[in-house]
Amino acid sequence: MSRVKVGVFVCHCGSNIGGTVDVPDVVEYAKDLPLVHYSEDNLYTCSDAGLTAIKEKIKEHGLNRVVVASCTPRTHEELFRRTCEEAGVNRYLFEFVNLREHCSWIHMNQPQEATCKAKELVRLGAAKAARLRPLEIARAQIKPACLVIGGGVAGLSAAGSLAQQGFEVHLVERNDRLGGLTVDLWKLLPGDRPASELLHTLTARVTKNDNVTLYLSSELNEITGFIGSFKATLSTPSGKKDIEIGTVIVATGAVELEPLGLYNLGKTEGVITQMGLEKMLSDGRKDLGDVVFINCAGARGPDREYCGRLCCAVSIKNARYLKEADPDARVTVLQRDVMAFGTEFETEYRKAMCAGVRFIRFSPDRPPTTIGNDKVTGVRIYNQLTGEESDLSANTVVLTTPLAADSGASDLAQMLKVPVDKDGFFLEAHLKLRPVEFATDGVFIAGAARFPADIGEAVAQGTAAAAKAAAPMFAGEVSVEATTALTNPRLCSGCATCEAVCPFGAIEITQDRHGRPVSEVNAVMCKGCGACAAACPCGAIQQLGFTDSQIFEMVRSLARDGDPSGSEG
Amino acid sequence: MSDFEPKILIFACNWCSYAGADMAGVSRYQMPPNCRIIRVMCSARVRPEQVISALTQGLDAVLVLGCHPGDCHYTEGNYLTRRRGIMLKNLLETMGFEKNRFQVNWVSAAEGARFAQVVSEFVEEIKALGPSHVSRDKDTGTHA
Repeated sequence: MSRVKVGVFVCHCGSNIGGTVDVPDVVEYAKDLPLVHYSEDNLYTCSDAGLTAIKEKIKEHGLNRVVVASCTPRTHEELFRRTCEEAGVNRYLFEFVNLREHCSWIHMNQPQEATCKAKELVRLGAAKAARLRPLEIARAQIKPACLVIGGGVAGLSAAGSLAQQGFEVHLVERNDRLGGLTVDLWKLLPGDRPASELLHTLTARVTKNDNVTLYLSSELNEITGFIGSFKATLSTPSGKKDIEIGTVIVATGAVELEPLGLYNLGKTEGVITQMGLEKMLSDGRKDLGDVVFINCAGARGPDREYCGRLCCAVSIKNARYLKEADPDARVTVLQRDVMAFGTEFETEYRKAMCAGVRFIRFSPDRPPTTIGNDKVTGVRIYNQLTGEESDLSANTVVLTTPLAADSGASDLAQMLKVPVDKDGFFLEAHLKLRPVEFATDGVFIAGAARFPADIGEAVAQGTAAAAKAAAPMFAGEVSVEATTALTNPRLCSGCATCEAVCPFGAIEITQDRHGRPVSEVNAVMCKGCGACAAACPCGAIQQLGFTDSQIFEMVRSLARDGDPSGSEG
Repeated sequence: MSDFEPKILIFACNWCSYAGADMAGVSRYQMPPNCRIIRVMCSARVRPEQVISALTQGLDAVLVLGCHPGDCHYTEGNYLTRRRGIMLKNLLETMGFEKNRFQVNWVSAAEGARFAQVVSEFVEEIKALGPSHVSRDKDTGTHA
């Protein structure tokens, strides 16, 4: 490699930097730094004139490392990297120094100290630049096929949307029919239309599209790989099936919590859950006599802290149906709070009250109890508002329980190397900024597998996940960050510490040709956080662009080199 | 020691704290000019030896800033940082450095004011602590 020649370009940013920091002084200081061959100031380094100057000086002085001391890499790094590239210098041989946000703007009344700090920051930047090595951006091909796990409404929505866009879709459903939990529902809010109608529409989009391969009574057995080229093995009724896909959508849904024993569920006849009620309603049974609903059953307590979210709407809906079917029956909803969110559910709440459904509030400190040994006859309740205990007659008690994470979720999470939260629901990359994506590239999440979602939300999330999965598949390839980790097998002892700390499952302990364990980084899966590099006891793993040699040199330069208080004395 | 100006190294993660420092600048929050930032992609990239190296070479203090717990861009890097931080504080104490010369804190990309506050308070704390035994020896060695 040719001799290192660092060029330093210090920006005035009009008066933003130059108004506080003595920029010419910094330029002069930079000239004497080790391996710095050239240094100049620019009024605006990011202007055409500034960028042209960088390119000219690279050629004129044979510069092979570039430092720009101006604003923040978060907005301007790409611009300067490209400029370097245009002048034939690898984009990773560029180092940014922040003199504006981190210096002139925060020390506006201390020009001398700011100038001194600016010199030190430039010194650190030049020290790192001298140790930068060229890196290449890798590109990975994306197979335009998606595996959708789960055939509930979220999965159907995702699969239908992707198939419509022309992508190959493999839809895997554990049960022998599509539709998930919605299959057992009777009517839906708002509009009181049968759930089967909606399912028919969603299912037809999938079954009538040749792009979709459907695997019923099937499960995902194994999956390896990364965005663009996953390899999955499915167990299907006709045996094992291997498929290759570019992206994965998790839409495994949730299950209704069945807290056996709570309010005598499973012990006393007549105590059922909402899903049990939905099935009875679907079967045409509406003569349930006096009915008491108990909401928040198994939710919002010490064992399960979250709110089931949909449960209030479900109880409001079914209570009204029962009251309308049998106006003489006494239908009561025992609630801790009514969370009728949005515009539709609040209207439904009023409709239920107008229909004659009673809503009574109870306190979790004094929860209701069911009366009756073999068959339920009533519910004893302490009414928080009146402060009195009273008995309600009941032929049926319906427990409104929350949706809970499927017990298979944690296995699937491990297989896909994606996280779950403390309740066992899958955890997306960012609640607000990346709501249907996992931190792992190419893997997406939709529906109640993330958190109790109603049907509209599940369909919306399915469509959103499909759009997110489609983006890289349309592009056909994905560029891979070059500042990834790299193992030096000669230094690696195979201790697997790196494998344990990697949040992305990008590191695997393999064997070298002598059969010794050695760590291997999958550069496509690596996100370049550097956690492994900090953890490696041998210094065998380095994060490219942030190597030990580069960081230690910056520390050394800051600690040991002289204080540049400069000409001011 | 009233005019003691400590020299402090900050490691800031790219996604939250470095951006928080940018936000502090954009908002023109003024703070003492004692700190120098080294940008790392994740606070978990900071190797304990790098902190030790900074202190044993005479810097007065080191501050590692990362995303708030639960917000890490890399899912769980800041949890590693937190655990390493606890371990490292104890180690530094056995090496004769006051525990508070090394601290871990969290600043999000939106928290410019918090960045300024964390930095200002840290500088004040280190000023009150005085130079570390290494930087004191270094000073007396060169300026005696």
